[in-house]
Amino acid sequence: MARKLLLTHIDVPGIETFDVYRKQGGYRAVEKALKTMTPDDVVEEVKKSGLRGRGGAGFPTGMKWSFLAKPEGVPRYLVCNGDESEPGTFKDRFLMTKIPHALVEGMIVSSYALGAHTSYIYIRGEMMPQIRIVERAIAEAKAAGFLGKNILGSGYDLEIYVQPGGGAYICGEETALLESLEGKRGNPRIKPPFPAVAGLYGCPTVVNNVESIAATVPIINDGAEEYAKIGIERSTGTKLISASGNLVRPGVYEIELGLPVEEFIYSDEYCGGIANGKRLKAMVAGGSSVPILPNNLATKTAKGEARLMTYESLADGGFVTGTAMGSGGFIAFDEDQCIVRNTLNFTRFYHHESCGQCSPCREGTGWMEKVLHKIEYGRADVADIDLLWDIQRKIDGNTICPLGDASAWPVASAIRHFRDEFEWHILHPEEAQQRNFGLAHYADPLTPVV
Amino acid sequence: MAEEGKFKVTIDGISLDVAPGTTILNAARQIGGDIVPPAMCYYSKLEGSGGKCRTCLVKVSKGSEKDPRPMPKLVASCRTTVMDGMEVQNITSPDVVEARKGVVEMLLINHPLDCPICDQAGECKLQDLGYEHGADQTRYEFERRTFERIDLGDKIQLHMNRCILCYRCVYVANQLTEGREHGVIHRGDHSEISTFIENALDHDFIGNVIDVCPVGALTDKTFRFKNRVWFTKPVDAHRDCPTCSGKVTLWYKGEEVLRVTGRKDEFNEVEEFICNTCRFDTKLTADWQLVEPTSVEKESVIGANHYATFNPPAVIHTNAKLQEANVEQLARTEQLK
Repeated sequence: MARKLLLTHIDVPGIETFDVYRKQGGYRAVEKALKTMTPDDVVEEVKKSGLRGRGGAGFPTGMKWSFLAKPEGVPRYLVCNGDESEPGTFKDRFLMTKIPHALVEGMIVSSYALGAHTSYIYIRGEMMPQIRIVERAIAEAKAAGFLGKNILGSGYDLEIYVQPGGGAYICGEETALLESLEGKRGNPRIKPPFPAVAGLYGCPTVVNNVESIAATVPIINDGAEEYAKIGIERSTGTKLISASGNLVRPGVYEIELGLPVEEFIYSDEYCGGIANGKRLKAMVAGGSSVPILPNNLATKTAKGEARLMTYESLADGGFVTGTAMGSGGFIAFDEDQCIVRNTLNFTRFYHHESCGQCSPCREGTGWMEKVLHKIEYGRADVADIDLLWDIQRKIDGNTICPLGDASAWPVASAIRHFRDEFEWHILHPEEAQQRNFGLAHYADPLTPVV
Repeated sequence: MAEEGKFKVTIDGISLDVAPGTTILNAARQIGGDIVPPAMCYYSKLEGSGGKCRTCLVKVSKGSEKDPRPMPKLVASCRTTVMDGMEVQNITSPDVVEARKGVVEMLLINHPLDCPICDQAGECKLQDLGYEHGADQTRYEFERRTFERIDLGDKIQLHMNRCILCYRCVYVANQLTEGREHGVIHRGDHSEISTFIENALDHDFIGNVIDVCPVGALTDKTFRFKNRVWFTKPVDAHRDCPTCSGKVTLWYKGEEVLRVTGRKDEFNEVEEFICNTCRFDTKLTADWQLVEPTSVEKESVIGANHYATFNPPAVIHTNAKLQEANVEQLARTEQLK
């Protein structure tokens, strides 16, 4: 049985309430940090733990914290990024729903480490139930003296506010999130300056993912060394994985980093294999923005080694034969799934969510969608595959923020690994259109692009 | 070794010392010539502009003396400040040329190539960019988005068909006027420049949105389609204006002043913003004191019979290496004297 750190008490009835959470040992990390540690001690502990950002980029959290500028007389902010909205990723929503106090406790510990006295939890506007749940948790924590003035007599003051987001995927990009939080249109800022120097209201700011912040609680409770013992190499600790697609048991799992992908897919402890006795065709390991891998590369690297759920192993082979951990949005595709349709679906999402500031992303995502639509409906010719490849290449790396890259990588990997399927669509247009993709009850599930 | 208090930067093999905080683009502008990256959205007079169109992408092949690692991606030269020892590739990098070609192609998706009927023809930076980096045909075969023309007041017309969403006019409205006049609505490729429910733009300085528009999306209704710009003759003039500096360019056809604009520098950016009265309401020669014929680049179609000589920035006069790099243009200057 794998060790759990974040979801240890997930099955305890009423764990979403302060009293039950406290009885299960909740808020010990706050007591320990505020009473026995300096803020720098907490930063060092997180650094030593090897915790890497769980939002997608995987940047070491402690190091990110240590970059925070500390000018005199200027407030510092911690902002929790709860704008989770990438297709296939739903683990933060699960955590906020089930154990909101884990997030609140992590916020207090992290804010203390950073010297922030006002912190924000930015949650996607559509997640109204989670907004209410987290707001209630904050109110309970405040009533119990864990928030507000002079917390536990330590002299440390902290207020946490929940801010509903604008309901745009781009608002999950940290600088767009800050713009949105400031009440402006959620457009990404051009970096530098980075938020650690000039973030919210121009002040030093750290933006962390929900899971990253919650992970600071076991790090402080058990110590960095204990945390670092879990996982391997530079992938330490546990990770929440939201598994979806054609799996026997989709859902949110807490895994120890280093778990073989094969075991994650097929073992009964996790996903229980591919549904309906079918075979795995492809997998997306870290949300829709990371490259898709075919069956043979999903569980093994190009060198033939077992593919592990670690940042390094998933990235083994770069974007040619590897992928990325991303946000942990694991999607499995069985042998009946259409990669072209799936790529079109992903691209439609990025086209819809592009903020429109920079030219390659604004125009390129829509163009890719239109070409994919042509291919999907058998109205394209083979040269359109090369055109699609070229468009994604013109977007990748040339945009203000990573949304452009996120739109390009799934297209690039789909063409790289499943080019024959794209060609099949073009060469057999009638058959392609007649296939039932499980969406037959809609009149036309993918209407032409406007 | 850089001058004390300055950073040494090398762009396409040409080195110069610049003040800390200078962007790569502005460093390149000090060198001049072909080494200057194009810029559609950057406008030196507008705070916060730049970084959006991505035409000015360059490759930083060496970050600095302290950290010589190259930057992993191409960067927007208009928003990236130089570091001491930085080495940059602009036209010498095939990656940059390829990326720029891609950006031009993207920009032309929703900007019709109808220069013969566009009011901006002859003054359009996208037209120049298209010739320099474009392809002979577009690969985009889908329907373009189309809009009705909108009158933003009685003097300015917006035609979104041509807008490339550089945001310059938004910055003008935000920075030169008291109230926020207009902005961007919707997102992605549905984005539009718009006022609040088609409000008029009626501020004293709002006419400057026309000057900053790099394409023909915002046009002067008092001049629109009255003449082709290359048939007009620009003359610098000024008047004692209580609102602005009164320094303008008058665009003559014969004895008639067809248009008044702000005076623009070699990078097509106005030197000083002018008020609406100067721009729209004073179109008699008697209103103005004429200064001199406006300098026009030899390459410009506006310059028929009216060429300006190459006017290199001061840094070129004092740097032998830069003189060598610009030898062709300097020789041309000598010929034209």
